[in-house]
Amino acid sequence: MTKRNVPLQVKNLCFDARGIRLIKDVSFDLTAGSRLMVLGANGAGKSLLMRLCHGLLVPHSGTVQWGEGQEGKMIQQAMVFQRPVMLRRTALANIAYGLKCKGVARRSRRDIAFDFLSRVGLARLANHPARLLSFGEQQRLALARAWAMEPDVLFMDEPTASLDPSATHAIEEITRLIAEEGTTIMMSTHDLGQAKRLGSDVLFLHRGRVLEQAGVQDFFQQPKNDLAQAFVRGELLWWKKKKDLYPGGGIEQIPSDRI
Amino acid sequence: MAEFWAAFAAAFDLIYGADDNLVGIVLLSLRVSLTAVLIAALIGLPLGALVGFLSFPGKKACVVVLNALMGLAPVVVGLLVYLALSRAGPLGVFGLLFTPMAMIIAQVILITPIIAALTRQVVEDLWGEYREQLTSLQCSTGQVVLTLLWDGRFSLFTAVLAGFGRASAEVGAVMIVGGNIDHVTRVMTTAIALEVSKGDLALALGLGIVLLTLSLGVNAIAYVLGEFARKRMGA
Repeated sequence: MTKRNVPLQVKNLCFDARGIRLIKDVSFDLTAGSRLMVLGANGAGKSLLMRLCHGLLVPHSGTVQWGEGQEGKMIQQAMVFQRPVMLRRTALANIAYGLKCKGVARRSRRDIAFDFLSRVGLARLANHPARLLSFGEQQRLALARAWAMEPDVLFMDEPTASLDPSATHAIEEITRLIAEEGTTIMMSTHDLGQAKRLGSDVLFLHRGRVLEQAGVQDFFQQPKNDLAQAFVRGELLWWKKKKDLYPGGGIEQIPSDRI
Repeated sequence: MAEFWAAFAAAFDLIYGADDNLVGIVLLSLRVSLTAVLIAALIGLPLGALVGFLSFPGKKACVVVLNALMGLAPVVVGLLVYLALSRAGPLGVFGLLFTPMAMIIAQVILITPIIAALTRQVVEDLWGEYREQLTSLQCSTGQVVLTLLWDGRFSLFTAVLAGFGRASAEVGAVMIVGGNIDHVTRVMTTAIALEVSKGDLALALGLGIVLLTLSLGVNAIAYVLGEFARKRMGA
């Protein structure tokens, strides 16, 4: 069901905040129809990288190059955040709002919004104020709103980080449905099991650098990078003494064969 | 002491009997202040929203000035509007001095900064929460402003009520530009000031009671609305 060619090429991306380089020379391709799982510890730069790709942040150097969408149209993107942002309206109106931004005609917004609300199992809460829904329901609603934008690429920033297993399961099922429609997914997660369940590829970040990009099976069976090996084994990377991780002693002195 | 209570009794009589003089003054007050609030809201809400969500050089100074203008002394506003509207002033040709319109202008100047400054705060907080989502949805600037105003509607209504409270209670500005002319520009506050100095405590007290009730009503509405917003909309 792949819709398009390479939707996104990231080259030598760097991003600084308050004089500290947080994203360091990141390059990777996001291939159409893939489900790229961005893995890494806290502070590895996962959220930043997604925001840079989505255009919410401007890189200091490097390029984020979008390919062409269907029939030469611009690539449609949407993003779901770790903490769902709910407008102070009903659940239905939250989706309709997204449709309005997309330029969908007023008369068809309600029906489309209701359709997507039903797809995520929230039809009965259509007229409920969105901010009074449970956290799990809010995240489903956020996903429905993003889905209704019919994106070519959907960014998801740890969408299940504070959800219980049943709510996580619901989000994963919805994500799978969206992916089946041909939408390319780029999602960050801390949950290795989730990455295995959902992902087709893995991008492993550590302290702002991409240490490995591989197919999900290859990554979990035989990661090439030793930090990735430790990560996959479930070891806590921060627990390692710095000199073990970096024989040179400093962040900037990672031997080239490790990168 | 007996005189004191007699004044209260007479005041209630005036209110209960819907005294023509009293009703006329109350209605004029409401007309002036409500018109001023309406105009101030039309200017202050979008202005506050733009300052709240745009980032531009000098924004901090702008916010400080806006906040400072909230405490503008009514007599100073009265004086400036008086100068502008007087025969020799730049707007003298319109002959607006000592008319209800002059009072409306003075009150608009007085409360626009209040509404704008409170709106700025509400919108800025809301924008902090919505920024990434609305950017992600690729909303246009106009759409963003409307969204922030609509989603902050409950807090913003309270801001408008604060403006109305200020407008209906101030005396300095309307006294100077209105002149407290009987049946033309005499509003509740200026009438109270006059009647007290004349020694007619009954009318002054009657108007005072109406003014207090109005303020109580405005605050009650603000409170109920806040509760409604919190419970029903999770705002």
